[in-house]
Amino acid sequence: MGGAKELLKYGLFAATILLAPYLFSGSYLLNVLVFAGINTLLAVALNLLLGYAGQISLGHAAFFGLGAYASAILTTTYDWNPWTAMAVAALTVGALAFAIGFPVLKLKGHYLAMATLGLGIIIQIVFNEWVDMTDGPSGFSGIPNLTLGPLTFDSDRMNYYLVWIFVLGCVFFSLNLANSRIGRACRAIHDAEVAARVVGVNARLLKVQIFALSAMICALAGSLYAHVMTFIAPSSFGFTVSVELLTMVVIGGLGSIYGSFLGALLLTLLPEFLSVMHDYEIVFYGGLLMVMTIFMPDGLVRVMPALCRRLPSLRRAKEDADA
Amino acid sequence: MLKLKNINTYYGKVHALKNVSLHLAEGEIVTLIGANGAGKTTILNTISGVTPASGGNILFQKEEINALAPDRVVKLGISQVPEGRQVFKSMTVEENLELGAYLRYRARDAKAAIQKDMQEIFQLFPRLDERRRQAAGTMSGGEQQMLAIGRALMARPKLLLLDEPSMGLAPLVVQEIFRVLQQLRAERGVTILLVEQNAKAVLKLADRGYVLETGKVILEGPADELLENAEVKRAYLGKDKKEIWER
Repeated sequence: MGGAKELLKYGLFAATILLAPYLFSGSYLLNVLVFAGINTLLAVALNLLLGYAGQISLGHAAFFGLGAYASAILTTTYDWNPWTAMAVAALTVGALAFAIGFPVLKLKGHYLAMATLGLGIIIQIVFNEWVDMTDGPSGFSGIPNLTLGPLTFDSDRMNYYLVWIFVLGCVFFSLNLANSRIGRACRAIHDAEVAARVVGVNARLLKVQIFALSAMICALAGSLYAHVMTFIAPSSFGFTVSVELLTMVVIGGLGSIYGSFLGALLLTLLPEFLSVMHDYEIVFYGGLLMVMTIFMPDGLVRVMPALCRRLPSLRRAKEDADA
Repeated sequence: MLKLKNINTYYGKVHALKNVSLHLAEGEIVTLIGANGAGKTTILNTISGVTPASGGNILFQKEEINALAPDRVVKLGISQVPEGRQVFKSMTVEENLELGAYLRYRARDAKAAIQKDMQEIFQLFPRLDERRRQAAGTMSGGEQQMLAIGRALMARPKLLLLDEPSMGLAPLVVQEIFRVLQQLRAERGVTILLVEQNAKAVLKLADRGYVLETGKVILEGPADELLENAEVKRAYLGKDKKEIWER
């Protein structure tokens, strides 16, 4: 990670996350925050692909679903150890994404969006139709909670810590990746692909690698989701979920890990607070999205730094005027 | 040092390069001139592996490099300054230069060597030194061009390919860039292949030149001869147009 300032920022972030449960007495909000954590994992994963490598995916819910179903089936039908199942699920989904990535990421722009959209739809059809394995549209139930030694992750508080410790790990890893040579190479592809290739970045391979990494993180989030919910259904992994993820990333700020956290938090909490508006909730929600994209196209996370950045230039202007 | 033999390159069905042959000796500055769509950029992209040729041979230091991926070509010592500069806009000057050394990280003492090279780039272009931490996209066109050249040099190339470095720049800036290219040849022995539209200026800098038209080499020779050639004058220099026209 880049320097003491970054480390301090991360420390504050981690401390806030770990202390948050003590601030909320009601367990309902805690329950919502568990899902905010899972969404943060997904948003960070998609942001690595979209915000850093500049490649869109409208099918990321599929990898989320594959992780969830793999964990569910392996632990329930085949009685695997949940942690082993989680690792196997993540690695398998990663390998699958790597294989799919080579032909798919050759495409650009709208075509890439269409191809990933197709991928998402195909995989959701598999969840619905492969009834022997997935129990079809009615959903898969009886997934065990995770355990670790004497700990069982069955309460909201336990699940909160389970999920958010994964989030903290994922954020730490992603921040490091973003600040590394690989992260810079990704941004280079995003900024100017030909130039990136002629300085020696193997753009094609790198895009596929990031795609696979992103899919792995989504699969991990899926496994956690399955064990937290103990019940999963195909509708949780459809196209609308992929679009929601995209919205989180864009609203939070492309290419910002903390932005993805903000976006996921906002979009998970908002519907809860808007439920007082009953039937008009969706109208407000849609309106908010429009206003945000028009007035804050760089995302939530850029609003503050943009203000801070203005200050030095103002100061400089003043100094120039004084001189 | 570099030899292209009967190179044919296609964009889909479009035949962009037709039996192009050219060569560069070590330490030479050679230019490719020609109108838009003549295939100048395609030649550079074909050498660097971005748009591989479908037929012909490219020999670099007697090694066949046709169909090598761009990263392999960079490793062998060929760096390209792409058309339109293509700096990494969201990144700082330093980050851009570090990316230029992307393939050198595995070497021993890489960090120290890269830092040292970066200092040399800053000596070459003092303007970049002043702007180390500035986002590259916020700099002027001339500064971005300097950065693009600096970035290419960070890979320690033996052969430098430049695609229209004078595009959209003020004459004074063009002069400075051309002066640096001469300095690179004199001090480091870098061989330079330069694509230009600004034929007059570049023919004064280069040793030899090739004139391209619709994917073919139609003329080649020492730069001073091309500068005096009636056809080149008419088509690219806009000089003596009247006399030639009325002849």
